[in-house]
Amino acid sequence: MKAKKRQFLEENTSLSLNQESLFPSKGKLDIDDEDSSDESVVESSDEEVLEKETEYFNKLQAKSAQTIEKPYSSDVDDDVSDDEDLRNTVGNIPMEWYENFPHIGYDLDGRTISKPIRNQDELDKFLDKMENKNYWRTVHDKQTGRDHVLTSEELQLIQRLKKGSFYTSGIDPHEPYVDFFTHEKMIHPVTNIPEHKRSFTPSIIEKRKVGKLVHAIKMGWLKPRKPKTDESEEPKFYDLWEETESKTPTNSELARQKMAIPAPKTQLPGHEASYNPPPEYLPSQEEIDKWKEDDEDERKLDFIPEKFDSLRQVPQYPTFIQERFSRCLDLYLCPRQRKMKVMVNPEELIPNLPKPKDLQPFPTFQALCYKGHKAMVRTISVDSTGQWLASGSDDGIIRVWEVATSRCLREITTLGDQPVKCVSWCPNKSVCLLAVALENKIVIINPSIGDKLIYSATDSLLQSFQPLADEETTNKQESEKSNAVIPPWKTVETGLPYQDGQRLVITHPKDVSKVTWHAKGDYLACVVPGNGHAQVFLHQLTKQRSQTPFTKCKGAVQSVLFHPTRPFLFVATQQYVRVYNLVKQQLTKKLMANSKWISSLAIHPGGDNLLVGSYDCRLSWFDMDLSTKPYKTMRYHKRAIRSCCYHPKYPLFASGGDDGNVVVSHGMVYSDLMQNPLIVPVKVLKGHKVERNLGVLDCCFHPHQPWIFSSAADKTIRLFT
Amino acid sequence: MGKIKKKYEAGAATQYISRKQACRKLQLSLADFRRLCILKGIYPHEPVHKKRVNKGSTTNKTFYFLKDIQFLLHEPVINKFREYKIYVRRLKKAEARLEKGIANHIRENKPTYRIDHIVRERYPNFIDAVRDLDDALCMCFLFATLPKSGRLHIQTIDLCRKLTVEFMHYVIATRSLRKVFVSIKGFYFQAEVMSQPITWIIPHSFPHNHPTDVDFRVMSTFTEFYTAMLGFVLYKLYQTQNLHYPPRIPLLSNVNVTLNDDNKKRKRKEEIQNLCDENEKSLEVVASLNMPLAQFQDANDQEEDAAADEEVEDLLKEGLTETQEEDQKKSEDEIKQRKLFEGCKMFLSREVPREAMVFIIRSFGGEVSWDITAGLGSTFSIDDEKITHQIVDRPMNEKPYISRYYVQPQWIFDSVNAKMQLPVKGYLPGDVLPPHLSPFVNEENGAYVPPERQKVIALQRGEDPGINADEDELSEEDESEEEQEEEDGESDEEKVKENIDEEDESPVVAITPGKKDVDRKLNPDQIAAEEKRLAVMMIPKKQRRLYEKIKYGERRKKREAEQLTQKRKAIDDEKKATRKKEKRRKRAA
Repeated sequence: MKAKKRQFLEENTSLSLNQESLFPSKGKLDIDDEDSSDESVVESSDEEVLEKETEYFNKLQAKSAQTIEKPYSSDVDDDVSDDEDLRNTVGNIPMEWYENFPHIGYDLDGRTISKPIRNQDELDKFLDKMENKNYWRTVHDKQTGRDHVLTSEELQLIQRLKKGSFYTSGIDPHEPYVDFFTHEKMIHPVTNIPEHKRSFTPSIIEKRKVGKLVHAIKMGWLKPRKPKTDESEEPKFYDLWEETESKTPTNSELARQKMAIPAPKTQLPGHEASYNPPPEYLPSQEEIDKWKEDDEDERKLDFIPEKFDSLRQVPQYPTFIQERFSRCLDLYLCPRQRKMKVMVNPEELIPNLPKPKDLQPFPTFQALCYKGHKAMVRTISVDSTGQWLASGSDDGIIRVWEVATSRCLREITTLGDQPVKCVSWCPNKSVCLLAVALENKIVIINPSIGDKLIYSATDSLLQSFQPLADEETTNKQESEKSNAVIPPWKTVETGLPYQDGQRLVITHPKDVSKVTWHAKGDYLACVVPGNGHAQVFLHQLTKQRSQTPFTKCKGAVQSVLFHPTRPFLFVATQQYVRVYNLVKQQLTKKLMANSKWISSLAIHPGGDNLLVGSYDCRLSWFDMDLSTKPYKTMRYHKRAIRSCCYHPKYPLFASGGDDGNVVVSHGMVYSDLMQNPLIVPVKVLKGHKVERNLGVLDCCFHPHQPWIFSSAADKTIRLFT
Repeated sequence: MGKIKKKYEAGAATQYISRKQACRKLQLSLADFRRLCILKGIYPHEPVHKKRVNKGSTTNKTFYFLKDIQFLLHEPVINKFREYKIYVRRLKKAEARLEKGIANHIRENKPTYRIDHIVRERYPNFIDAVRDLDDALCMCFLFATLPKSGRLHIQTIDLCRKLTVEFMHYVIATRSLRKVFVSIKGFYFQAEVMSQPITWIIPHSFPHNHPTDVDFRVMSTFTEFYTAMLGFVLYKLYQTQNLHYPPRIPLLSNVNVTLNDDNKKRKRKEEIQNLCDENEKSLEVVASLNMPLAQFQDANDQEEDAAADEEVEDLLKEGLTETQEEDQKKSEDEIKQRKLFEGCKMFLSREVPREAMVFIIRSFGGEVSWDITAGLGSTFSIDDEKITHQIVDRPMNEKPYISRYYVQPQWIFDSVNAKMQLPVKGYLPGDVLPPHLSPFVNEENGAYVPPERQKVIALQRGEDPGINADEDELSEEDESEEEQEEEDGESDEEKVKENIDEEDESPVVAITPGKKDVDRKLNPDQIAAEEKRLAVMMIPKKQRRLYEKIKYGERRKKREAEQLTQKRKAIDDEKKATRKKEKRRKRAA
């Protein structure tokens, strides 16, 4: 083991010596170090044995080292002190690591090197400083823990290193350059090899190459280089259009020219782009903030207007290049399209219609207001004489008004408190009857108003109408056949209801929404909305008989109407109006209303034109002779249309809607079949208030005056004259 | 049974081609395809039925007309692109092998191409090219101010500079400048070339921030085409004016003829010669825009021409209809405008943007000069007694010459736009300038017209709205208002008194004549309005949308105008109030 260790150490030392030979001065420093340490070390008794041993080793080692050292370090004249080689083997490490140990490292044999005892206090140090001549050149060696006095050579070395010169003074950095090849001609060649034969004979490869070039020149493949001219770089301009103006273009060229869309010009700047705009164009702080928040596409201007007091303060526009670039992109990336811009005067679009002034008479302003109902008035009806107005409200009360004075003459309260859906005067002038639809009943009322002869005659007439017994049985049979409930007729003969005018009650299986009279006043048609076929009922007053005309019914029936002169029945479902011939018992026509939900129907007294109002704000005029599609669709209501009507005598029609307006229009139907009806809106009647999103609920014309009544959700009825 | 028709083999699908397909068809890279499209002016088209064209797919693609691409197939420039590609490849290879000689040889044979035929093809008539001059000018004016960089060659920049200077010379020579507008973006100019309005913008003369989000390859391709087109157009324009192209200044020795004494003249000449070398000098003098150009004809011929023109005009004047008279009046106005600054001698201070100012003043017939050390081409010095205006853009207290007006540059712009020399008051150095308005705004159809513009219009009509009597007016108004207020106060008191008297008497019960029903007859205006409203209801659906659109647009315009007037009114009121306060404070003091 020991032998191995020694060997290792020896190798180490030889290495270190090697280093010394490379840096001779360092080696010297080491050696000096040892010299100086001789004097300063005070050995302790405990370590004496150890010390001796190390001494011995060192001696041995030094000898061996000397033998190795000699050939390398020739300039080391000082003899290496053999008695002590206190070389530390710890290497280049921070010596603080040994602060807490009694030793400061290991020597070559691996033994600890104990710290030299230094108990110099400040006074000692001071004395040393004062007395020791070599104090200024004494250095503390941390690795050995001893002081070292620098020799004069070492001092010189340090100075040289500080100056940045070579480590020894012997090296000359500016040695004269010895040139091997000179410009002078030498008498002897550098090499003396005789030249090859090849160098005297012409080269075949060169000959071939030259031959090729000559051939290329002869054939015109190879051209001499053009002389360089300045003109070629500068673009030359000339009269480009000299020839083209005389030449006629070919067809394809013409086609191309026709197809090409020139780029649109950029928009020119307005006042706001000025460097000194008028103050009204400068944005406020909020506007600036909004501009910054907005998307680039949403901005109206692509810059924030700014004001500069004078021209010299205007800076470069920061995104000038970007703007031009985006224009370039627009030019080559944007698809171009010819857009037809309509240069039209908006006044020219307005149709040239006759002036309303020339189409008089028509109602123009509100004349009377009939107040008294406590709930909204859903339905009104004027009798055929034009003297009486019946109205039904949502609290189940029916009032009969005198038209001329707006006085309420009758109040029928015995019908219950359900809303009255529909009231309708019998169009027969010889009777005084009112049909009322509410809940699931139709009540025929004799309001006992007007001519006493007539209303008393009406009562007796009603009594004379008696259902035939056998008909009842047929009714039953029919009902069995068609699986429909034939509504029972019930006569009211005594009691409060009779006093109130109720005469007949027809009860239906479901709620009744609408009742209309035939022009002659014998038949009644009513709508019982719901699913199934029994949505329309026809009642005959004289025979007190009812029937369901349809075995099946498509869609939900909204309204029914008799043709004024011919045996036709109009049935409006949500989107279509079907016209049935009652005699032939077949469908004659199906009218398409072009709306989603029909609300009301009205027929021209002539019978050839039909008005259809719908909840999607459309009022369609059908000319039955023309087609099944509307002749004209008017959309002058802002909200749903609730009712529409024709004037029985004047060429007028009107519609009332949820926007609270009644629009009166002139609708002239010519006897000449070739001429289409003329439709001119003549007046928008305002006055009704909109309550709970409901406006005018019903409207109807006076039978022989150009007056219109309208009832609305604001609980009033108004007369416009 | 007939043959089964396959989808997308007829109709729209065969008329369009996507960009990728087009590149493949032309065997070009995307970059080259772009260059080609820019040079040839081919742009994509938006098919009406995109899905049908895209063969059922809904991916977003750009489509070109197939015919356009077929037209590109025969373009000789494509071959040059390919040659260039090979040139670049060979050069790279040679340089990588460090074969300098070969590389130089390749470099010398760099393929070049000319695009004259493309210019002719895109603009078969000269007037087409003139009409499309806007973008070309904007681009060239921009490039003339850009610094040289990796993407921009110095030759392009020089060429752009040269062409822009030539164009400005043409405008000066024909006096065809019409409108000027200084915006925060730059100077807008509008000239009438071959009776076409040409508008272009020049950036303010400061360095640009070099943007990173701009593809300069695209820009330089555009410039390549625009320079070629502008060059040819300029050649033709110069020809029509009997001017040499490239422009020539008569003789450099003539430059200083206008100078008074010989001593100074010599000195000046030396100075000029010291400023730059001979080659650059001629270019710089041309670029200074301050010399008339040399013509083919002699001056005598021109005079004769002018005389002949006058004769023709006289002849024409004899038989004129009304419309022609209007035209005549218009052209007379134009001639008047052209001579706007004739007889004016202006001197520019250093801080004034020289090129733009010289261009404007000279194109309205004024004489202009600047400090000799500020640049070449100045013709007279600051101490010339005949100078009528000195353009100054900084506050200056002392005015060494009484014989001239000192004005701010905006006076020039506003005068040009007003087509008359505006009063100088308000434009003096240190004054708060009146707003500078855009001459491009269409003031018809109830658009907002700022009050300053109204004043100018009044001036043009020959009225004196008292532009600069503003303050006096204001003060007068103030006084009158104050008086009024006092009167109002008195009258109010009286009224109150009267009221009290009435109340004392009132408790007596009396029959008073009832109120008459409000007259139901509407006035004719209301009737007309109602009639119109009713008629509007009857517009058919198709046209109603159009009508509503038009009406909406009108309403919006009206609203905007209204907003602006409101804002202006508020501002003016505030100003007035502060002025009043100040006045009161002064009075109190």
